[in-house]
Amino acid sequence: MRRYLVPVFALAAAVGLAVTLYMVFYVTPLERTLYFNQKIFYWHVPNWFMLFSMVFLCGGASVGFLVKRDPKWDDVAWAAGELAVLFGAIGLVTGSIWGKAAWGHWWKWELRLTTSLILWLTMLGYAMVRRFAGAGSERLAAGLAVFGVVNVPLVYFAVKLADKIGQPSSHPKAQVVSQLTSSMKLTFQLSVLTFAALCAALLFARIDGIRTSRKLREVRERALDAGILEP
Amino acid sequence: MGVQFLRLVAAVAGKDLRVELRSREIVYTMGLFAAVIVVVFSFAFVRDQRALVEAVPGVAWAAVVFAGTIGLGRAFDRERESDTMRALLLAPAPRLAVFAGKTVAITALVFAVEAVVLPLCLLFFNVDLGASTATLALVLALGAIGFAVVGTVFAAMLLRTQARDVLLPVVLYPILVPMIMAGTKATAALLLNQTGDAWFWIKFLAAFDLAFIITAMWSFEALVIE
Repeated sequence: MRRYLVPVFALAAAVGLAVTLYMVFYVTPLERTLYFNQKIFYWHVPNWFMLFSMVFLCGGASVGFLVKRDPKWDDVAWAAGELAVLFGAIGLVTGSIWGKAAWGHWWKWELRLTTSLILWLTMLGYAMVRRFAGAGSERLAAGLAVFGVVNVPLVYFAVKLADKIGQPSSHPKAQVVSQLTSSMKLTFQLSVLTFAALCAALLFARIDGIRTSRKLREVRERALDAGILEP
Repeated sequence: MGVQFLRLVAAVAGKDLRVELRSREIVYTMGLFAAVIVVVFSFAFVRDQRALVEAVPGVAWAAVVFAGTIGLGRAFDRERESDTMRALLLAPAPRLAVFAGKTVAITALVFAVEAVVLPLCLLFFNVDLGASTATLALVLALGAIGFAVVGTVFAAMLLRTQARDVLLPVVLYPILVPMIMAGTKATAALLLNQTGDAWFWIKFLAAFDLAFIITAMWSFEALVIE
């Protein structure tokens, strides 16, 4: 059963990407205020959904690891942390493209953008710890994930309150979401499912890879202890 | 918790501060580093031979956070050099007391640096603080506590890992963003005499400190186990 997870989700994602791409350009109508540049919305928003799901999965799995001390949880947290970086990067790039088309700027210091950027930077730090901190850094990584998740509401409110003197949010979410027609909604839901499938395929593949390398490391250590392997 | 616990906290903090008072290594290097940062920044924000007042809160907090990071790294390097961290963790005291003692010592160091940075900023940027000195001290104290709580947890965890010098700021600063924002906003409000806004951000700083004190208390035991 387990060995089919990755291919099944990967196939679903491949089909979904083709279908949603077709629907985005040939089925959905043009949006009334943003016109053609609104079409990036169908792929931009699902990536942020995936970033936030992966961040909370990473935080939850890290708590599980700290409480149960079972490295299985750590494997999940590691994979989810890396995927959060990946989907955040896609979200930032597609968002910048949309921002340039809709606002005329690549970047704005707006509530959602700032909050997501800080969260993404935290996850980037997490990925660096996993890559460079070496052996014994599992707890550090888990601690960083927990602190990062606690930080999400703090960053959100700090930015929101700092903005209260400024102008109201100009992020297109408010206007776009309220005016979705049914074919737009269907396309959007489909692409969320597509990216969820892509995310699941990558997640399971990455967990397998991480677990295999951890087991290899454990076997090597045991062989060194037993004197079978030359150091 | 109780008198015994507080005595242990005071013992750990007192040990760290006594070591520091005998060499004064961290305070001098941190203070000088922070002063250099302020000077470098004031070059960047000079117009018509006068520095921009709007830059003061950002410069001050950047200097405090940068200097605080090297102090934090050095304070824990001392424990690593002769492996005294292990002795500290083996001592018949709750881990929480060790953590709290370390945090108190770091808070004192950061506050000492803030006491250098702020007057320097006011001097170089020609700002009159007026009557709000006590409120500003409160802002700085809350900032120092927040920095010390989060910083102590991460520095303690990084002790046994590779590349800790570069990883400490990388993992620390994103977490500190709300604190730095609230600190700069509160300082800016105080410089403009908007006391209401300042108190709002002081409450936010207190909430930040509280959130991470709770998180640190819950996780420290699990995180630094040897």
